[in-house]
Amino acid sequence: MDHGNVGGLGFLAPAPGRKGLLSWIGTTDHKRIGLLYMGCVGFMFFCGAALGMILRLKLMTPGSTLVGPQTYNAMFTLHGVIMIFLVVIPSIPASLGNILLPLQIGAEDVSFPRLNLFSWWLYVLGATLAVVSIFTGSGAPDTGWTFYVPFSERTTTNVSLAVTAVTILGFSSILTGLNFVTTIHRLRAPGMTWTRLPLFVWSLYATAWIQVLATPILGITLVLVFAERVLNLGLFDPGRGGDPLLYQHLFWIYSHPAVYIMVLPAMGVISDIIPVFARKNIFGYKMIAFSSLAIAFAGSLVWAHHMFTSGMSDTAVLVFSFLTFIVAIPSAIKVFNWVSTLYKGSISVEPPLLFSLGFIFMFSVGGLTGLVQGAAGTDIHVHDTYFIVGHFHYVIFGGTGLGMFAALHFWLPKIFGRMYDRGVAKLSFWIILVGMNVLYFPMFILGLEGLPRRYYDYLPKYAHGQVLSTIGSWILAVGLVIMFANLYRGMRRGPLAGDNPWGAATLEWTTSSPPPTNNFEVEPVVTHGPYDFRGVARHE
Amino acid sequence: MSEHRDYAGGKLGMWIFLFTEILLFGGLFLLYAAYLHRYPADFNAGGKQLDVVLGAANTIILITSSFTVAASITALRLGQTARCLWLLAATVALALGFLVNKFFEWSAKIGHGIYPGSQHLLQMPPGENLFFGLYYAMTGLHGLHVLIGATLLSVTAALVRKGRVTQGNFGLLENAGLYWHLVDLVWIFLFPLFYLIA
Repeated sequence: MDHGNVGGLGFLAPAPGRKGLLSWIGTTDHKRIGLLYMGCVGFMFFCGAALGMILRLKLMTPGSTLVGPQTYNAMFTLHGVIMIFLVVIPSIPASLGNILLPLQIGAEDVSFPRLNLFSWWLYVLGATLAVVSIFTGSGAPDTGWTFYVPFSERTTTNVSLAVTAVTILGFSSILTGLNFVTTIHRLRAPGMTWTRLPLFVWSLYATAWIQVLATPILGITLVLVFAERVLNLGLFDPGRGGDPLLYQHLFWIYSHPAVYIMVLPAMGVISDIIPVFARKNIFGYKMIAFSSLAIAFAGSLVWAHHMFTSGMSDTAVLVFSFLTFIVAIPSAIKVFNWVSTLYKGSISVEPPLLFSLGFIFMFSVGGLTGLVQGAAGTDIHVHDTYFIVGHFHYVIFGGTGLGMFAALHFWLPKIFGRMYDRGVAKLSFWIILVGMNVLYFPMFILGLEGLPRRYYDYLPKYAHGQVLSTIGSWILAVGLVIMFANLYRGMRRGPLAGDNPWGAATLEWTTSSPPPTNNFEVEPVVTHGPYDFRGVARHE
Repeated sequence: MSEHRDYAGGKLGMWIFLFTEILLFGGLFLLYAAYLHRYPADFNAGGKQLDVVLGAANTIILITSSFTVAASITALRLGQTARCLWLLAATVALALGFLVNKFFEWSAKIGHGIYPGSQHLLQMPPGENLFFGLYYAMTGLHGLHVLIGATLLSVTAALVRKGRVTQGNFGLLENAGLYWHLVDLVWIFLFPLFYLIA
């Protein structure tokens, strides 16, 4: 296992020929591109979280405080646009997926390395335009991240630039998905059969297909919003025969599957981490792999459950409600299989496992509250209330966010060859978990009591929940600062980690930490499954 | 990074990309279907105002260009570089012919006051307004694809001349050809939906 280069810099070492910044922003090495994404996503997360904190602070007291109503509208729009399109969608697939996918299947790189770099540049262009849209034109976009017509066609704020930015980000996402599908089909190492693929790869595969199949619809929809604003086509304008409801259909045909772009990779991370710390083969490998594809498929057929109160026909409501319940099945398969994997395992409670367990808890709460909205009857009551806000923050932040943090704690020693302080990591986990629940759980109650989402002001009877929620945001912020500081310190100055500090059995742990530019000294030949721990020793 | 050439991988990537293009147009086709269902009479009236002869001419131009691009791939695979280049030039010329034709067609329509947001269009029944809105959106997006395809074919032709795309390494030409066929295919659906609907 020891490659004799512990402490070496691997792919992080200055590349011959190119120097400095250019060796990063002009690289075709999937690991460097992954780190570029990670840096950008991290920065954008900081911006989005800062906006969220200010929103929460404003909402602590009713009435006009801290920011004006127009600024408030712009801020929740940007919080959504940044967090969805610039943070969560690229978070795990584009950053960690880029770094780990070729390593996990024993490849030297992705199928189209230059296209991969091009995707990153598109992402940077889209992110830049999104930020520029805040400060130029006549005011930051104030439509909410969903850009619903007819308001998005009529508002004088800078919506045109914002939808252009999101369209470009969509193409970046499509190209990454296309690259991943091709890579998984073409570049698996000898012996890496489909049933020996790590489950993280399976989840990336399912995600990549959704990215490829759903994102073009978002592209054309936002191009149409742009065209409506600039050319005045009237396609969604009821005054000229158009139907705004069709916009909602087109938008959610992408944006609901996008939820699975967000959460599937996190599920893959959890499926990879749990067996390692239970020291036991994953329970139901094939069912977990299959359920990823099932989620991708069924998740593409449920979009109109966002529109139960929009006035579509009762038949449509019933069909989409039924389909929504179907998606719960593959999701539940995963949760039960993870828990079964832990059963009678030889569990060692390390930070990655803690974050994974946090994921299971938060995702379960988020998933079950999702069913409340999937049922057409109860949805009428909670539609467009804080219940929804609570639900998707549980799924997306509590799920994907904790999945991302679990992945960072799991693979950081592989990527940088160094270990963070595990005690501090555990402490930060508990603070984050408490913070998240104090922040988001009151929203369920506020929502059931009837507080509508996105409102600038509220009645005094909702004040208690709002105060509690804002206090939660502070706890969460403290936890996040501790966690990121600990990870950063570990990355820079932590003690050297061996090639395989957790005793994991997937391929990336057989190469040195950090991996060399070509990933493997010799092309690996795979002889066992990804969670077969026989003969695999910890190497710290 | 070492240079490795994966012909099948390149093809797979291209096919997936073409699929995303179909879905991109798919969103517009979906709108077309919904609005046709709602305003069949207005769509019929709108279709009558389009010039079937011009549309048919453009259909013939594109189908011919699909033939020339396919023939250029065969020529390159047989090692006949000169013939390949000649056929590619013919394809690009046909593409430009299509765009010129389209330009005259659009100009005539705009001359009659039929363009997005025009006063004339606002006085028409709502279905006709939608029909022409979709007409401009869909043929416009398709025209953009013709332009991109012609550029792609020109770049490929230059690479064939430079000897970078050859008899043994024709993947790029084949993928460019696939893209061109898609552009053709989309038009084959647009033509009946707009010109022959009346």
